[in-house]
Amino acid sequence: MSETNWNYSEKVKEHFFNPKNVLKVSEEEYNADGVGENGSPVCGDLMRIYIKVKDNKIYDLKWKTFGCASAIGSTSMLSEMVTANKGMTLEEAMEIKPDDIIKELGGLPANKIHCSVLGDKALRAAIKNYYRNSNQTEKITVEKESRIVCECLNVSEDEIKMEVLEGVKDFDTLQKRTKIATACGKCEPEAREILDKYVKQYFKTDIYTGE
Amino acid sequence: MIYLDNNATTPLHPKVKEKIIDFLDNYGNPSSQHEIGRKVKYYMDVARENIAKFLNCEPEELIFTAGGSEANNTVIKGAVSCCAFCNVARTHIISSVIEHPSVLNTLKCLEQQNVDVTYLPVDKNGLVNPVDVQKAIRNETALITIMYANNEIGTIQSMEEITKIANDNNIPIHTDAVQAIGKIPVDLKKMNVDYLSLSGHKIYGPKGIGVLFRRKGKKSLCPLISGGHQENSMRAGTENTIGIVGIGEAFCQLSLEMEDEVKKIKYLRDKLEAGLKNNISNISVNGHPQKKLPNVLNVSFNDIEGESILLRLDMHGVAISTGSACSSGSLDPSHVITALGVSPEQAHSSIRFSLGRENTEEDIDKTIIAVKETVEFLRSISAI
Repeated sequence: MSETNWNYSEKVKEHFFNPKNVLKVSEEEYNADGVGENGSPVCGDLMRIYIKVKDNKIYDLKWKTFGCASAIGSTSMLSEMVTANKGMTLEEAMEIKPDDIIKELGGLPANKIHCSVLGDKALRAAIKNYYRNSNQTEKITVEKESRIVCECLNVSEDEIKMEVLEGVKDFDTLQKRTKIATACGKCEPEAREILDKYVKQYFKTDIYTGE
Repeated sequence: MIYLDNNATTPLHPKVKEKIIDFLDNYGNPSSQHEIGRKVKYYMDVARENIAKFLNCEPEELIFTAGGSEANNTVIKGAVSCCAFCNVARTHIISSVIEHPSVLNTLKCLEQQNVDVTYLPVDKNGLVNPVDVQKAIRNETALITIMYANNEIGTIQSMEEITKIANDNNIPIHTDAVQAIGKIPVDLKKMNVDYLSLSGHKIYGPKGIGVLFRRKGKKSLCPLISGGHQENSMRAGTENTIGIVGIGEAFCQLSLEMEDEVKKIKYLRDKLEAGLKNNISNISVNGHPQKKLPNVLNVSFNDIEGESILLRLDMHGVAISTGSACSSGSLDPSHVITALGVSPEQAHSSIRFSLGRENTEEDIDKTIIAVKETVEFLRSISAI
């Protein structure tokens, strides 16, 4: 196989071609302490993460992913990060950010960043599920409410950021997907500014492949 | 490497390569009056004649361009706008939702300049209904542009019927035949289109060379590139003589080999389709079951994603392509597959095999094994 012009780092390739910690038995047989899911097949990505917990540490993590090479690679990478050195504490694992996964992977192409976002979200969902299963609901911290940008249609800054991570780069597409600024329209200048900010942050280089 | 991506591009035919190498020292400018120039002009004339013979048209009706995209741009932009002198009153174009980006993005650009565009839908097999073409016609319709055969799914449009409707209504008709040429017979005496685009590198010729056919007596188009009087003032710039000699030879070879090659290719494609269906469960074929290019097979492998399939097949030494969003950096999966009404999940799962003259039976046997292994592996780790 040719090694030239791969978009992906060696680390992503390694985890894509030889994914680590895939769930190989049935869910019943594995009997996880917590299960979390993120993404949607409609969008082309779906991740499910299964964790086992002992003494507040995630000592085992298994996963299954529908998605592209970076979605598969980043879930595999995440599984190693969480279970290294006999496992992260639940608190440490809750703090994993997309950038941590991207760093471990040695970078991702700009249009693939959202794949790593799914992994940390699925992991947090699994931890919350574990807390619920083990009657520790008090530990489930409510994630900080994001600032509302469009008051008419209730669109937050976080949602704009997520849309950018999904690949939205222009206001028309953002509006089509979120309906932002379609009622009174007052927030449009601010929404455009926020969109611009995140596009600059995540899409410094554009990738185009035409036939 | 087993190359099953011939709709993206094709390897040079060995005879074309030979012809180009033999020609390379002929540096003359075909517009020059002296012997060195005249000699190259002669090579160019021969190439043009060979193409005309194959298409059953007049050599003067052919304009060399830098490729299919340029040919499409020339016709579409030329039909409605170009310059102040043209004073075109007609401002409406009819096309379809599954056209190539060089058509769709050109149309989008014209929409910004107050040109109205009707994008006709397709049925579940990718066919435009000719009745829809008839219904979409307005007094101000300047052009109908419908692709002859689709690059992703291979569906072949009812071009003769659509052309007749255009002719009857006296509306210029263009077809992007980049994928059709060399795979199905195209006869310009039988099919009365006014303009047709084709490309060299899809028919075992070089890249960077294409042809625009413009029927004699039809409205002249403003050139995209203005300047000298090359190509009857339709396309300025010293000609890509190496490319022209190459594409001319590619057509010569098509005249000799196409019939047999296509039979072989179709046999291999059908074998691949049967092999995949017999060995892998839960798959569906996209495109028209019969009205389809003989070399294309577009398949959705449910529950797994196209880019993953592509990259793992690449590892196995099989080159294919995908309409999955994840490989193109866009949000949505292929506009062609989604236009068929296929679910987004299935569109994300689609890959395209496109065969060519170099493929062998052994290639297909190996591909079936590689695809089976790849699909089974990816399904074993899929969350669906």
